[in-house]
Amino acid sequence: MHSIYAFVSGPLAWLAFIIFIGGCLYRLISLMVLVHRKEKFIYSYMSLKYSLRSIFRWSMPFATENMRRHPALTIVAFAFHICLILTPLFLLAHVTLVEESWNISWWTLPEGWAEMMSLIVILACGFFLMRRLVNPEVKYVTSASDYILLAIVAAPFITGILVYYQWFGYEILLILHILSGEIMLVAIPFTRLSHMLFAPLTRAYMGSEFGGVRHAKDW
Amino acid sequence: MAEAARKEEKKIIDEGLDVGVQNLTEERIEKVITRVLKGESGARLKAYIETCVHCGLCSEACHYYLSHDKDPQYSPVGKVKQTLWKMLKAKGKVSAEFIKDASEIASTQCNVCKRCAMYCPFGIDIAYMMLTVRRICHLLGVTPLYIQDTAHSHAVTMNQMWVKDDEWIDTLQWQEEEAQAEIPTLRIPLEKEGADIMYSVIGPEPKFQAQLLYQAAVIMDVAGVDWTMPATPGWDNSDMAMYTGDNEIMGRVKRAHFETAARLRVNRIVMGECGHAFRSVYDMGNRWLGWRMPPIPIVHAIDFYYELIKNKKITITEKFKEPVTLHDPCNVIRGGGLAEKARFVINAICEQLIEMHPNREHNYCCCAGGGVINCGPPYKMTRMDGNRIKAEQLFAAKSRGAKILIAPCHNCHSGLEDINHHYGLGYEVKFISDILYDVIEKPS
Repeated sequence: MHSIYAFVSGPLAWLAFIIFIGGCLYRLISLMVLVHRKEKFIYSYMSLKYSLRSIFRWSMPFATENMRRHPALTIVAFAFHICLILTPLFLLAHVTLVEESWNISWWTLPEGWAEMMSLIVILACGFFLMRRLVNPEVKYVTSASDYILLAIVAAPFITGILVYYQWFGYEILLILHILSGEIMLVAIPFTRLSHMLFAPLTRAYMGSEFGGVRHAKDW
Repeated sequence: MAEAARKEEKKIIDEGLDVGVQNLTEERIEKVITRVLKGESGARLKAYIETCVHCGLCSEACHYYLSHDKDPQYSPVGKVKQTLWKMLKAKGKVSAEFIKDASEIASTQCNVCKRCAMYCPFGIDIAYMMLTVRRICHLLGVTPLYIQDTAHSHAVTMNQMWVKDDEWIDTLQWQEEEAQAEIPTLRIPLEKEGADIMYSVIGPEPKFQAQLLYQAAVIMDVAGVDWTMPATPGWDNSDMAMYTGDNEIMGRVKRAHFETAARLRVNRIVMGECGHAFRSVYDMGNRWLGWRMPPIPIVHAIDFYYELIKNKKITITEKFKEPVTLHDPCNVIRGGGLAEKARFVINAICEQLIEMHPNREHNYCCCAGGGVINCGPPYKMTRMDGNRIKAEQLFAAKSRGAKILIAPCHNCHSGLEDINHHYGLGYEVKFISDILYDVIEKPS
């Protein structure tokens, strides 16, 4: 068990981070190359002002018509994304690991908060799952891959919270937790989780088109 | 179950599709799909497909979806699923029957109004994806017959309605004569090089709405505008090839239009109350030709009327009395930002504007634009059933007192006439120019 732990938390973790960062760079650069090769005109329409206008507007809860139409989803989606990104970055246990290895550390979340935020992510995943199962318009465009993605995102948080509670199987759960985190990292650049990379770009482009050419709001 | 029900109601006979698919082979389908999706398309399509998280939030943007009791097959992403996703997944290995369905979905169940682009959290342009499907279907020769005929007309005559060169001039002179009965000194100046403005219209105006040319001539005359109209092909600003995916013809038609204006050395092109033509000259056609923005400034009628009223070039004698409501056409409001100018004009010429809701960028589509009405009679019920929500929206405005429905776009105008009749709404549908012509001060 210990050697498995050493493997997933050592070489495999390195590999996951390398694939994650390398993959993200690869996806972004190859998209830019594609723009450059075939749709150069896109550059001429990009406007910093209108890109930021659009990104900012869509980063504010309830600032758009569609967000106001779906208040529950808006609250859940914002809470989910905020917790999803902040919790792993500022978790005491994670920062401690980094500190042990490289002697650098940063501010950490109080443990109670981190617990709450992990639960929010898990509950939000449950909410998204219910949407996929119940809402006809979501169900219609849902395939197996959407459930798998949801599971990939939920797994590190479910295992993480179980590790934190230390109810049972601490060692195995810890290994699963690390493994599921690595799977998620690797999945980001190569699945639709890549909306983490691309959504700001599509948003910026549509914002530029609406602001600079169409002289209309895109919300 | 929903899928079966939809198959039942599909009994549309369209030779463009039915005969078109008979000429297909699996190899040809695969080749064309690969050409478009791999060859012609680039980063946008890739990013749109891979960024979409299948959340379904675009659904409520679509009038087809809302009008079909929220049937998910009519949601924007639902239509992408039935077309592009399957083509991509099968790597182009799809059946002829699939292409037929894809053509019908992309050409007649989406008005490419881009309302859904405002509802997608990522700003994914689903209209662009539907136009990509139409492009594939065009290259495969599976396009609805009526709109294909219109595209042929563009290719042959450079106008939408098979108007012959002499008929065009004849119609202008006829309307000039008619208008001279009212204003004896009025001219429709043909081929006046160096005029300030070239006025351009869509093919249907000379074909069967010649009174609009008359009205425009009177407005121009009264305002003392230095204007001209070309006596050669290139006068038509409309463009159905843009909507069939025939980009090559779109380019030819737009080039003819811009070059005609350049030949006449005008400063600006002013166009009549048409939305899709505005999209063609301002957004799509110019880009195909490599112009970031139109090479010669384009002024839509709404903008032009705004300018005339604002600069006091025309005087309003007495405002139009009956309460009006305004339909915001997608291509000039969401596509051209003329929402407030339209309201300025309406308020200047009408006593009471009763807003319909939603309005401005969020207005519901007419369900005629995007080439759908041009797909002809086989799809009339597609438009009527597909836009019940519009009837409800119009009915609500009517119940608050609106009697006249102003639609400053040809496609919207015709489409709303149909909605008006089909649902028995009892509106009178007008262009802005119908009212403007009536209320401006004319030499007596």
